[in-house]
Amino acid sequence: MKDIGLARLTVKDLGVGRGGLPLLRGVSFALAPGQALMLRGANGIGKTTLLRTIAGLQPPQAGRVEAEEDTLAFAGHSDGVKATMTVEENLEFWAAVFGHEGTARAMRDLDLMRLMTRPARDLSAGQRRRLGLARLLVTGRAIWLLDEPTVSLDRESAGLFEAALAAHLGQGGAALISSHLDIGGMTDVLDLTPFRATPAALGLAEGSW
Amino acid sequence: MIRLFLRDLSLSIRAGGGFGLALAFFLIIVTLVPFSIGPEPLLLAQIAPGVLWLGALLACLLSLDRLFALDFEDGTLDLLVTAPLPLEGVVAAKSLAHWVTTGLPLTLAAPVFGVLLGLEGDAAIWLVTSLALGTPALSFIGGFGAALTVGLKRGGLLLSLLVLPLYVPTLIFGAEAAARGMAGLNAATPLALLSGITLASLALLPFASAAALRANLK
Repeated sequence: MKDIGLARLTVKDLGVGRGGLPLLRGVSFALAPGQALMLRGANGIGKTTLLRTIAGLQPPQAGRVEAEEDTLAFAGHSDGVKATMTVEENLEFWAAVFGHEGTARAMRDLDLMRLMTRPARDLSAGQRRRLGLARLLVTGRAIWLLDEPTVSLDRESAGLFEAALAAHLGQGGAALISSHLDIGGMTDVLDLTPFRATPAALGLAEGSW
Repeated sequence: MIRLFLRDLSLSIRAGGGFGLALAFFLIIVTLVPFSIGPEPLLLAQIAPGVLWLGALLACLLSLDRLFALDFEDGTLDLLVTAPLPLEGVVAAKSLAHWVTTGLPLTLAAPVFGVLLGLEGDAAIWLVTSLALGTPALSFIGGFGAALTVGLKRGGLLLSLLVLPLYVPTLIFGAEAAARGMAGLNAATPLALLSGITLASLALLPFASAAALRANLK
């Protein structure tokens, strides 16, 4: 197994927004190796936008994100699974893209061995999500940025994910997770409500626009 | 990058991938022309290079809107952007795969379809040469258009409107080279200009497409 690199992520005074509309302001936290941080907040507060900004999919409106190069792995709402490729081919592709190995281990950890030769279009929503999570294991990246990872997973599958996450943290990895469901073993929680961007916080007087 | 290229090839050949669709469309256009123009072999042979070039261009357009849209819809594009691949390389690999699954088969099939229009012998060689040099530009220019319209619902029509005017130089020089070659004239100049357009597209457009994709993912 290749070294996963240093899992250190520092977010300083970050401001994010969607479609030009500011959502969050002044978000600061640090993530150390072995740590998992849970993001909480009401629907629409900007959890996904925050994760996408940290992943580098969109530029921050303010502040900065500090992480070593090539340490972040993002998993969003959609799993990036190709319907006509089999489970194994999907994983092999991502393993090759990230120049990493461990396809077999990833399938074992998320109980996909039985489904290995099945085209992804024939998977259930939960199985598909497990495949999306198995992709994280083959990226070999240290910091996982997960957007609602346990959606559509049953209790048993969520347990598999928790075990995989615990193993990842045990190896010195880290994770930033947005979820409205409880994930076992997650203790560090960051509530985003105080960071909500308000006109006052942006220095705008009421009705100035 | 090679893996991405191979993946795109295998995806397009599998069920629902659309391989062969462009070829069938090309065949239908070529078959329709004698019906609309009338069965006059001389006239048909004269307009054949233009018709075949136009057909190739439209057939290529047919599959362009899927180039990035499918990856965008299933979330793959997000993951590719965050993967350790340069986005310019991703665009180039996907455009190349598009050419191999549309432009290349069209080029190879053109002499066969040309027979329907009374094209024969040397003329077919000129046609294949001009298509081989020109169709890569169609895929790369199209890739740029697809990158610009990737987030839009029903972006296909807009894509056509954006891309077709950009195809004009390729069409002019491609059809001109084939026509001149057929008439026994010197076709070196249009062929050189055609190659120039293709090479410039290969060199520059992946950067423009990658910038467009980044802007669209925000």
